[in-house]
Amino acid sequence: MTFNGILQIALLFTALLFLIKPVGIYLYRVYETPSPFPLFNRLEGKLLSWCCFKSEDQNWKAYLKSLLIFNIMGIVILFCIQRFQHFLPLNPESFQAVPWALALNTAVSFVTNTNWQAYSGELTMSYFTQMVGLTWQNFVSAGTGMAAFLAFARGLSRHASSSQDILLGNFWVDLLRSVFYVFLPGAFIMALLFISQGVIQNFSPTLEITTLEGGRELISMGPVASQEAIKILGTNGGGFFGANSAHPFENPTPFTNFLQMLSMILIPGALTYTYGKMIQSQKQGWSIFITMVILSLMGILVVYYFESQPNPLLHGLGLDQTSGNLEGKEVRFGILGSALFANLTTDTSCGATNCLHDSFTPLGGLVLLLNILIGELVFGGVGVGLFNMLLFILISVFMAGLMVGRTPEYLGKKIEGKEVRFAILSIAIYPLIILVGAAISVLSPSALASLQNGGPHGFSEILYAYTSAVHNNGSAFGGLNANTSWYNLSLALAMFVGRFFPIYLGLSIAGLMVNKKIIQPNTGTFPTQGALFIGLLIGVILIVGALTFFPVLAIGPFIEYINLWQGRSF
Amino acid sequence: MAKFSDHFMREALWNTFRRLDPRYLKKHPVMFVVLLGASLTTLIAIRDFFYPPLLHEPLWFTASVSVWFWLTLLFSNASEAFAEGKGKAHASSLKALAQEMIAHRIVNHGIEEMVPASDLRRDDVIKVIAGEFIPSDGEIIEGIGAIDESAITGESAPVIRESDSDRSTVTAGTKLISNQLLIRIISNPGESFLDKMISLVQAAKRQKTPNEIALQVLLVGLTIIFLIVCATLVPFGLYLNCKLSLTVIVSLLVCLIPTTIGGLVSAIGISGIERALRKNILAMSGKAVETAGDIDVLLLDKTGTITLGNRMPVEFIPFKGVDMKEFSRAIEFSSVADRTPEGRSILEFIEKNYGRSVSEKDTEALTFIPFSAETRLSGCEGPSLSVRKGACDAIQSLILAKKGKIPPEFSKVMEKISLTGGTPLAVSMNGKLLGIIHLKDIIKPGIQERFHRLRKMGIHTVMITGDNPLTASTIAKEAGVDNFLAEATPEKKLNFIKAQQAKGYLVAMTGDGTNDAPALAQADLGIAMNSGTQAAKEAANMVDLDSNPTKILEVIEIGKQLLMTRGCLTTFSIANDVAKYFAIIPAIFLLSIPEFEALNIMNLSSPYSSILATVIFNALIMVMLIPLAFRGVKYRPRGAKSLLAHALLIYGVGGIFSPFIGIKLLDMLLLNLGLT
Repeated sequence: MTFNGILQIALLFTALLFLIKPVGIYLYRVYETPSPFPLFNRLEGKLLSWCCFKSEDQNWKAYLKSLLIFNIMGIVILFCIQRFQHFLPLNPESFQAVPWALALNTAVSFVTNTNWQAYSGELTMSYFTQMVGLTWQNFVSAGTGMAAFLAFARGLSRHASSSQDILLGNFWVDLLRSVFYVFLPGAFIMALLFISQGVIQNFSPTLEITTLEGGRELISMGPVASQEAIKILGTNGGGFFGANSAHPFENPTPFTNFLQMLSMILIPGALTYTYGKMIQSQKQGWSIFITMVILSLMGILVVYYFESQPNPLLHGLGLDQTSGNLEGKEVRFGILGSALFANLTTDTSCGATNCLHDSFTPLGGLVLLLNILIGELVFGGVGVGLFNMLLFILISVFMAGLMVGRTPEYLGKKIEGKEVRFAILSIAIYPLIILVGAAISVLSPSALASLQNGGPHGFSEILYAYTSAVHNNGSAFGGLNANTSWYNLSLALAMFVGRFFPIYLGLSIAGLMVNKKIIQPNTGTFPTQGALFIGLLIGVILIVGALTFFPVLAIGPFIEYINLWQGRSF
Repeated sequence: MAKFSDHFMREALWNTFRRLDPRYLKKHPVMFVVLLGASLTTLIAIRDFFYPPLLHEPLWFTASVSVWFWLTLLFSNASEAFAEGKGKAHASSLKALAQEMIAHRIVNHGIEEMVPASDLRRDDVIKVIAGEFIPSDGEIIEGIGAIDESAITGESAPVIRESDSDRSTVTAGTKLISNQLLIRIISNPGESFLDKMISLVQAAKRQKTPNEIALQVLLVGLTIIFLIVCATLVPFGLYLNCKLSLTVIVSLLVCLIPTTIGGLVSAIGISGIERALRKNILAMSGKAVETAGDIDVLLLDKTGTITLGNRMPVEFIPFKGVDMKEFSRAIEFSSVADRTPEGRSILEFIEKNYGRSVSEKDTEALTFIPFSAETRLSGCEGPSLSVRKGACDAIQSLILAKKGKIPPEFSKVMEKISLTGGTPLAVSMNGKLLGIIHLKDIIKPGIQERFHRLRKMGIHTVMITGDNPLTASTIAKEAGVDNFLAEATPEKKLNFIKAQQAKGYLVAMTGDGTNDAPALAQADLGIAMNSGTQAAKEAANMVDLDSNPTKILEVIEIGKQLLMTRGCLTTFSIANDVAKYFAIIPAIFLLSIPEFEALNIMNLSSPYSSILATVIFNALIMVMLIPLAFRGVKYRPRGAKSLLAHALLIYGVGGIFSPFIGIKLLDMLLLNLGLT
């Protein structure tokens, strides 16, 4: 750990701190005003009517229905594009149809904003598939995440003035505005910045060059910058190349690395401010933001510390290990640039990687795994991160309410049996899928055959795959060949359920909460802001995460760590 | 007062065992899982007794683990059964009084028949004469009588009950000590308030409150999570070439699921109702008690609640030229035969300050004029004496009618008294205004502190009074209430409550009169005084047997305690799991993977002893918390933040660390017993 490293962490969070208010206000204007940009207002209406969508407000069921229809259609279309890419244009390398299990996995993966990639893009997907299929989904899956959050937050913040159903907004309008006013302009600016730093953007076929030694080398080309921008901004994480953000054409300089890290957490962070405006309590918005920052910093410091340590197995080989565990990391980013990126990509459900998580020290890898396991709510994915956080807030407030002797309430609305049921279900579904998925995999010889490593490390690799899928992160620990029928299909199921089941539960809660009577707070009401609330929320998140995953983290990364110091590796 | 009789003790003990029945435990999902675990390990132990154990697990280990599982279940059942027994014993001691009594039922045309009290039905009319017990709850339709309610309230002074008033109901088990009453029975056998109360403390019959249901859902959710965690450990163990026995996995499961709160939650609910009962509060539902903890606004009647029932003189103010002696003698004449509370307190005041000067001989020739609502005057009339005392304007018009003179300071004194919240009474003798008596509402001693406590709890107090706003505001200020509703009518009260509710406040109200009934029904929590009318009691969701309106404070505390006890024990239960993991996870893997020794931070002696120690700790902690479940977590009126910080420190942080100590101690004990 160096002073320079700490300074870089401070710089990143300072930049974030200055940006979230303006971006938060912009987002509020986009979503919560009837016509954010009068110029485009008519265009918005026309577009909706062309697509035969009504722009009226919807109740939670109608909202959920639109969301599900749109996303399932997305899966079908993306699946077809991959299966028929050899008949479609922009295929200079003449790639064949993607095998069906992989195509299904990839379709679900990009629709659910996971961007788990069981393939290498440059060897499997045509430019058409990448641009029309995948990049399109990068935009709309991010938009879906925003929409889910908006509906949930409206359910909590809107007040029932009469007995009629209060509505949660319109999915199509929210989606349209996300794409046109948030992600397109944002990605456009980002893409230009990336190109200025050397990220490529072309339709050339693969370049064949002769190196100085006379060897032949193939260099993949393509429209990278445009996909790179939305990959990061929409916390998608699916790279153009298999090497993802470690590839010099995706992430060439320390500046692009900084830019990518900042834009990963920018929208999820700024949404806390937007949320504060929606519930008319900026203090509560800030409290959530501070909770995220503290949890994130805790992880960053631990990982940074462990990655700065030398590897005991390489002791006595005469290697200079003063700069730490550089195995699997790009030298242009260094320990800090890799540790920080790895933390933020697991905090947010982005999943882009600029280094191999597989090569992290055992306890560094444990933190990355834990970052995802605690629920992708430290910043989290665009929209869904705060969405998950709100579910945890409901549980925390429920416990706090009981402990102060008042029927638990959040934003003046009582939390009763049904809300608790949906909230706890949305927390229980993750361990169910992760643990059951991993349990079946370790019992099946064919699933175990995908592993490069055995023992605790192999276990971590399988655990990471299901964790990454169900929480829609999409980063891979590596070391696991996930392009088999079992992993393609089981992970596709994990991604689908992990994405849409919590959205269903959250919107049900929104539907219940929106019609509730508002109760005035008094001095006996526990305030959902301030240091005590932040402490409580952090405590609940860590305790729930720790209690659920203590055994698997112990038999995976922890035992590997003990072994490492006893001179064994796997 | 409640003696924990042997009968209920035996019943509770029997219930403790009887409720191991899976059909009963189904209602407690967490304990149901323990039951399954206990049955399973018992079967394994029986099998191991006859055949060599699988995985070389010692029989003593399997057997002791299953014994402790059964004990865990019994401890949980006992907490519920004994809480129930306590409540039943208390309610029955109140009820027993009314049993086996003979009532005189009026059949028709005044014919009486003797029937046992248990045969009385709603709308029967009975006669009760002095010295008899009231056989059933009823409403007086004829007569007035003094009633000894000490059997119920513990208060020895008799109270007056009277037909056609706001104090017309009588409770079963109380004793009439004067006169004779005709009473209409208001409840069928088994439907009285006490019967309802008894059903609330019966575990099998009682309805779960909304908060309890929500907590149950949370506990079931956690249980499901831990089920998944434990079940998947078996395949993970196989991957690492480590065969895990069923006994060990079940032990981990039982220790992780929230048994502490899951086993005590029923006892906590019953104890809350029982505590209310001990304070002589009859709640119509468990929900009513919980609602009390959420109250924001409290409406209290001025008379009898904030002030003593009657006004007292504080000063005699004679006009210029009137001698104090003469004035006090005139007042005495006017009050000798005055039966109103004010009249009596005026006489007391004279005796204390000036000495009585009117003898019986003086009053022989006088005729007395009683106070009436029309004239608003009282006094006496004799051959040479005519004294009147009454409302200032009534006296004034009397004087003016007789062409008398009104002294110049009259209106000034009157105004001054009104401004301070007092009531002026003018006194005239033989057509001459002598002076004014300053009557004042006396604030009940200690009431300010109660309002102070309510304010600290965050409860806004509102005084309801028929007085004018000026008087009301003075008394409100003096008593320390936050707000007042002056010149209150039944409609005004009702509208006030509705307006508060529309703003999102939960409103509680105490009342006793029939005209309070609509407001009591509208309020989120209506507490009727036992002395009040039947209509008021039916509209309310609680009845206070002591008829002490400030008892709402205790009711609110009981409601809050109920929630806090559940919340704190849940937090404690979950926090305990951290240490349990550190005890059990290394133990179950240690035999195949020696590296797990690094996680054995408590340095426990052997895998079997550490698992057994954890199982024993899990059972014993429940026993240790039973008194807390019965008593409730102490509530202090202070802000939510401070309450939460305190609870998190004790039950959260304490819950994380205490099992480390407990398990280590138990492990050392097992080591000394040679069980490792």
